[in-house]
Amino acid sequence: MTSLQIWTYVIVGVTFLIYIGVAIWARAGSTKEFYVAGGGVHPVVNGMATAADWMSAASFLSMAGLISFMGFDGSQYLMGWTGGYVLLALLLAPYLRKFGKFTVPDFIGDRYYSQTARIVAVICALFVSFTYVVGQMKGVGVAFSRFLDTSFETGVILGAGIVFFYAVLGGMKGITYTQVAQFCVLIFAFTVPAIFISLQMVNNPIPQIGMGGHLADGTALLDKINQVSIDLGFHEYTSGHKPRIDLFCVTAALMLGTAGLPHVIVRFFTVPKVKDARISAGYALLFIAILYTTAPAVAVFARTNLIETVDNADYASLPPWFKSWETTGLLAFNDKNGDGKIQYYNDTNASFVSQVADPRGWQGNELEIDHDIIVLANPEIANLPAWVIALVVAGGLAAALSTAAGLLLVISTSISHDLMRRWLMPHITEKQELRYARTAIAVAVVIAAYAGYNPPDYVAAIVAFAFGLAASSFFPAIILGIFDKRMNMQGAVSGMIVGISFTAIYIVYFKFGGGIGHPERYFMDISPEGIGTIGMLINLVVSLVVSRLTPAPPLHVQELVEEIRVPRGSKISGDNH
Amino acid sequence: MHEGIKTISTFRLKSKDVSENKQYWRTNLKYLAILLSIWFIVSYGCGILFADYLNTIHLGGFPLGFWFAQQGAIYVFVVLIFVYVYLMNKLDKKHGLDEA
Repeated sequence: MTSLQIWTYVIVGVTFLIYIGVAIWARAGSTKEFYVAGGGVHPVVNGMATAADWMSAASFLSMAGLISFMGFDGSQYLMGWTGGYVLLALLLAPYLRKFGKFTVPDFIGDRYYSQTARIVAVICALFVSFTYVVGQMKGVGVAFSRFLDTSFETGVILGAGIVFFYAVLGGMKGITYTQVAQFCVLIFAFTVPAIFISLQMVNNPIPQIGMGGHLADGTALLDKINQVSIDLGFHEYTSGHKPRIDLFCVTAALMLGTAGLPHVIVRFFTVPKVKDARISAGYALLFIAILYTTAPAVAVFARTNLIETVDNADYASLPPWFKSWETTGLLAFNDKNGDGKIQYYNDTNASFVSQVADPRGWQGNELEIDHDIIVLANPEIANLPAWVIALVVAGGLAAALSTAAGLLLVISTSISHDLMRRWLMPHITEKQELRYARTAIAVAVVIAAYAGYNPPDYVAAIVAFAFGLAASSFFPAIILGIFDKRMNMQGAVSGMIVGISFTAIYIVYFKFGGGIGHPERYFMDISPEGIGTIGMLINLVVSLVVSRLTPAPPLHVQELVEEIRVPRGSKISGDNH
Repeated sequence: MHEGIKTISTFRLKSKDVSENKQYWRTNLKYLAILLSIWFIVSYGCGILFADYLNTIHLGGFPLGFWFAQQGAIYVFVVLIFVYVYLMNKLDKKHGLDEA
């Protein structure tokens, strides 16, 4: 066993023991503890838990890599996955906390006084959460299989076992406190390598400032990466490439989707007061921002390092990390012109190929790079010690596990609370409901592990679904429910149905149907990732028009709206249950 | 469930309370309009729509539009939430609507 493997086993093992210990300490005894951690979580703690819940395997492992290949256009992820918290804090969290129930379908069902609205909301919540959780399970399997020499399957089963243990035992309470531990692990694991590399490249310990720093020879790092990119036929790193309207819509869809995702919203039901709901959104974003402002720096450092290392390099004299990543399939070298050197360039850029590549005898790009390698191999490329690399593995696992647990809880709550208690079996006791919740979470873990073990090829494609559907269904229904007293059941339900159908049809057509590979058919250049923004606008217009043509909501609902608008008199969730 | 709502409602039956709540809500909406305008300008404005123009200006080693899109907008988001919390806590107190 290599020293890297020993370090990885030790660090991953210790972090797992911590998660299990925390889960035993914080196990849940009532439905209130199971669903919303008793409603007494301190805002800073809730902020950390929300941050861990939010930052998934994709944020930790894939995002920096995506940005490093997209350059400026990668900003859509950075702004899109942070800006939604402003909407959450200002437009949703305090009012939903004042409302004081357990779930998003609870709000939709009560505010729109309709079982149909509740069921539409439950179906949306289940679909969004399942889509997401499958991706996390896959992430766990990948992290295990790459570093611990286990098979992908063993990795998925091990990860599912850990989540199963602490989610079934602890419910929201166990999950919240485990997520705090996971946040610490993942943020440490992400920032430590970034600080080392920033010091090495631009002699500045703060990566956020370092990415705008100067190299030893005095050139600005960003000027350097722009130059290197253009020299290889890629577009300039710091300026945009794709249609502005698409960048705009994708960013908006991610923000609106964030503010409509049930596993994020439910977090704000766990704090004691309205005041705490506001501030914990602030803490959550602060903690998330640490990773999200470091990621673009990692992207710049790693891309510069990588190109410097491989550009026209002799294959035989490459550093050992190159060979070890080749065996994982994340790097693939194919010496097309047989000169023993690596030509890495943009062979889809026709003018570059005819003017530069052809005269030099290059016969196509010879290096395929999986974007996940940027975060995973970054410490090795920078020659950091083995324990730092092991830490990155533990961080990736923490990110995947914490998000999976949060999502599984939403799934189980939707089933035991929204479906069983509030619809099918209204007379069950709290003890029975808790048993249903535990059973549901257990079943959900098994299904998610199975789906992660046999992931459909289109896992990446259906992520667009989660955000698009949340943006075009929940977001307008909740906002209007708070800010428009006149909004009624007819308006909200027809808006949700029209918005979600439009978005789903557009995504299905371009991701799975006749539109695959035909971006020229996009409506106004808007890609399926961004169409949720249009779906949201359609929902808004339909809701407003229909509500004004139908009777006003009943008096007790109008009073409910008046009540949630002021913080005084808020109760701990479940007291009136 | 409706009983719960009625109990709270009795707190604000007096017409003085009703107008107090209305004023509170109007001020809240004013804060939201200002803060969300800033939110829109830094992200969609500086980071996307005017990014090309701002990229001609440099902030240290950063083209300014690029800096807004990948750093600045996120810092402003965090600040906006904390400003909102400060304003609302003050407003709650002023109208006597803060929680015990």
